[in-house]
Amino acid sequence: MISSSLIPCGQFKTSYAKDTTIFDTPVMRAWAVGAVLLLIATPMLVNNYYLSLLIQIGFMGIAALGLNILVGYTGQISLGHAGFFGFGAFASAWLNNKFGVPVMLAIPLAAAMTTVLGLLFGIPAGRLKGLYLAIATFASQFILEDFFARADWFSGGSSGAAAAPVNLFGYELSGDKGFFYVVLFWVVVMFLIGSNLLRTRDGRAFIAVRDHYLSAEVMGINLTKYRILSFGLSSFYAGLGGALYGHYLGFVSAEGFTILMSIEFLGMIIIGGLGSVAGTLMGTTFMVLLPEVMAGSVSITKSLIGGDVGWLTEGLAYIKQASIGLAIILFLIFEPDGLVHRWRLIRSYWKLYPFSY
Amino acid sequence: MSGNLLTQLLLNGLIVGTLYGVVAMCFVLIYKSTQVVNFAQGEFLLIGAWTCWWLVVEAGLPFWFSFPLTFVFMMVFGIALQMVVLRPLIGEPIISVIMVTIGMSLFFQSITKWIFGADVQPFPEIFPVKAVDVFGLQVQPAYLMSLVVSVLVMIGFAWFFKYSRMGLAMRATAFNQQVAQSLGISVKNVFAMAWAISAMVSALAGVVVGMVNGVSGALSFFGIKVFPAVIVGGLDSIIGAIVGGLIIGLLENFAEYVDGQWLHLGNLYTVAPFYVLIIILMIKPYGLFGTHKIERV
Repeated sequence: MISSSLIPCGQFKTSYAKDTTIFDTPVMRAWAVGAVLLLIATPMLVNNYYLSLLIQIGFMGIAALGLNILVGYTGQISLGHAGFFGFGAFASAWLNNKFGVPVMLAIPLAAAMTTVLGLLFGIPAGRLKGLYLAIATFASQFILEDFFARADWFSGGSSGAAAAPVNLFGYELSGDKGFFYVVLFWVVVMFLIGSNLLRTRDGRAFIAVRDHYLSAEVMGINLTKYRILSFGLSSFYAGLGGALYGHYLGFVSAEGFTILMSIEFLGMIIIGGLGSVAGTLMGTTFMVLLPEVMAGSVSITKSLIGGDVGWLTEGLAYIKQASIGLAIILFLIFEPDGLVHRWRLIRSYWKLYPFSY
Repeated sequence: MSGNLLTQLLLNGLIVGTLYGVVAMCFVLIYKSTQVVNFAQGEFLLIGAWTCWWLVVEAGLPFWFSFPLTFVFMMVFGIALQMVVLRPLIGEPIISVIMVTIGMSLFFQSITKWIFGADVQPFPEIFPVKAVDVFGLQVQPAYLMSLVVSVLVMIGFAWFFKYSRMGLAMRATAFNQQVAQSLGISVKNVFAMAWAISAMVSALAGVVVGMVNGVSGALSFFGIKVFPAVIVGGLDSIIGAIVGGLIIGLLENFAEYVDGQWLHLGNLYTVAPFYVLIIILMIKPYGLFGTHKIERV
């Protein structure tokens, strides 16, 4: 990995095209392609437990990237991301169950439906900023949660909805191994779109809105349009992630999409790094692995001290939750730029090692 | 009968509304003086109620002693929270501040559940349970007491901000931090005091609610219900917080009445305030009493 950071000193870029490439050096691109190839081979290498974690990182990562586009790039705060995530899951199951739309098609269609919903909820975003928007999206979270529990025709109400496994050309991709490729496909596609977004006019407009909305408006950027657009785009990602989640579990329940999940999504992008595509993936990995690590350390403690540790094992669910809250607090205080910043520091340290001055 | 039910519900709304008003006041206090949106307000209620419950039930202290002790604890807790968690974040973007309070909320919620369990724990009887008859309506004495306490707290707040030195310093800080600092006010102390007072008064509300309904994790829901109240009243207005709290309390119960009588949708009690919140934000984002910032978005 050291070689990937060996970018020559000074700016040798002579064109805008070079300045906006996704990967700074060919080596970095090679690493990224290599990582995808390695992931394609993973189902043969690891057992189902690790595979299920990877799948989780996949669909959560897609939704988190959507939130990062909204929060990190456009500077809008959304506390209702889990609502859109859930809507995507229900919409995909609904399309499949009611109209017999094949699952592979239902997933992007559900994402499109979520986009419409996101544009609708984005309308307040055209008028509100900062914490007012945060509170508005907070309210939308509760409204959507209530909608899931109530709308029997759509979500199956309190009993939930069944989601069929993915079926491709008559070949059922059930089980972790098959589904892994479905998720991987969408992760690669959505992350490519996400990285490329920044190279387009719309992506730059998002950043301009974040950095200084007044200057952006003076430069001819339609604020309302881009704020709402950003909401729509982030909902598309959320809906897609949610749809994958639904078909992975095979069952969607109204209780799953609480404010806690919204907080987790925000935690992912804050821990990973706001406004960074690579950071999103790091943050998601951190957030998915954190509860597993907590569970692991609890069982290790149990074996170390032995005896009656009921208070520890019974409180595991709470320990997991508390660790998420604590991780968010600690990162905000000690590393507000996220893991991606830490990673850059480590890289530049090793680049100059042992003569870092 | 249904008319009677309506008045009963509205009375409940009034009582719950004053409690919302008190908590909303604490929320506004923090926002006004430190510009922090506190998503962990409900956890103050929770921690206060659990502390008092623990002191009374587990430690076996008499109520008149453990109640002030809870206050002292909450004061220290509020100051510590401000110093350790919030102070490093001064000057950070708004998302960081919001997220840190959300993180706190999550952390304290799960920690209290871990320590005290997820079940409702009743307070030992301090007031008689037998309902009192007020204008032909059945009212729990604890409710009456909570009404009295809330009104007293509100009067106390009014006095504090109008006459006391610290209160004036806090208002000055809320108005303009730099000017306040140049007048010799320690902004640091004001920030810490704002959190301490907010934590203490919220704990008071928590103990009162705990006495009526029992102590449980559900108390933190007050912190969520505070948002409609403060948005209706205006985010930086203490009067607005009280009025907003009353409006939301009444609205909730009215929504339940309408729901129970005609609509039968269920759960309207919880969700109605949030619809109101969105509508208010769309048409009048600064609420009834909030300061209008002159700015075109």
